[in-house]
Amino acid sequence: MNTLAEAWRWLTDPAHWTGDDGVWHRLAQHLVLTAVCLVVSCLIALPVALVLGHLGKGGALAVNLSNVGRAVPTFAVLVLLLLTPLGRYGEGPTIVALVLFAVPPLLTNAYVGMREVDRGVVRAARGMGMTGRQILFRVELPLALPMVMNGVRIAAVQLVATATIAALAGGGGLGRIITAGFNLASTPQVVAGAVLVAVFALIVEGVFETAERLAPRLVRGSR
Amino acid sequence: MTAPPDDCLARNEWICGTYLTTRRQILLDAVAQHLQLTVLAVLLGLVIALPLAVLARRWGWAAGPVLAVTTILYTVPSLAMFSLLLPVYGLSAALVVAGLVLYSLTLLVRNILAGLRAVPEETRQAARGLGYGPVRLLLTVELPLAVPAAMAGLRIATVSAVSLVTVGAIVGFGGLGNLIYAGMNTYFKAQVLTASLLCVVIAVAADLLLLGVQWLITPWTRGARG
Repeated sequence: MNTLAEAWRWLTDPAHWTGDDGVWHRLAQHLVLTAVCLVVSCLIALPVALVLGHLGKGGALAVNLSNVGRAVPTFAVLVLLLLTPLGRYGEGPTIVALVLFAVPPLLTNAYVGMREVDRGVVRAARGMGMTGRQILFRVELPLALPMVMNGVRIAAVQLVATATIAALAGGGGLGRIITAGFNLASTPQVVAGAVLVAVFALIVEGVFETAERLAPRLVRGSR
Repeated sequence: MTAPPDDCLARNEWICGTYLTTRRQILLDAVAQHLQLTVLAVLLGLVIALPLAVLARRWGWAAGPVLAVTTILYTVPSLAMFSLLLPVYGLSAALVVAGLVLYSLTLLVRNILAGLRAVPEETRQAARGLGYGPVRLLLTVELPLAVPAAMAGLRIATVSAVSLVTVGAIVGFGGLGNLIYAGMNTYFKAQVLTASLLCVVIAVAADLLLLGVQWLITPWTRGARG
């Protein structure tokens, strides 16, 4: 319990919140890193998943990709990229590693969501003379949106959590507070950093939860 | 002193046969540590998850809290998880194992519970009609029928654990992660690549092994699928 009290003292010390190593700066880095990676992985995964789901092809690809994604340690990918020429571009390796990590859940969820759209509805739309493009954007996508958004949410929370590992390889973000604590052998700082990351992950989860509640009924799906 | 040999180690190449032969013992030790940590964590996770899932199945009210707690545990980042447990376990292998156990709980409890819930009510009634008591029903009917779902969870938990062990490098017990960490600091390319590939090989091998075990212990599912 003593450690917790000391961690609390670390957190409430204003000196730890300012400056380049301060919590606010690390939090901003973490936020930017997560947001950039989420946007990039959505831009890569969602169009592919929507088209494959619309065509009804590539199911095995989506499932296998997410299995392989779990087997490859993010830390290993990060270090491998760091040692390639890409390593010279600051946060480059971190972004690539995190995007590789976030694509599988996005792809799988969006693909499954598209395939779970009632085939009868799709046939009815085709019978009404809708083109493939119209069916995709006006029928399938709106119906699959809850599943797609669920994938985005899973990816976002995982990104927040995994971006911490970037610090092991010298990247920025909240993980730096933890690794710096390890190097200083300061358990209170390590615990304080861990609490910050966990709280941040839960806040992101909460933001998505709230957005889901406030969104129009169509997006939420019928529950 | 002789001039440094001009081999792939000196040139710091990604793929290096000399590395494999000269550092064989180091690699084997790291693999052994990696396997130990993974197996210990998954087994402990299973020992804790099984009763939790059975209890959550028996008493419906327990399911909510059990699932909620394990899900929150899963949201805690791995690096943070190891750090939060630091005051309890110190810099030790137990710390890494404890962190991995907490991670595997979500996957295992969820899948075992789903498997138990999927046992058809008629099957349970038939067993009760044959005079099976609750314990015998659980052990000889419900649990065996839940095996395929439980095994799916076990496979995911194991594969995730293999890749998460590497993060244990921060406290010096990361199996192959230690080699990756050390290789990163010294720009030792062959070591990083070899250790990373070995991680993936272990994960895939463990997955296939569990798939084989599942095939062996659920003979009744074969005819239906084949």
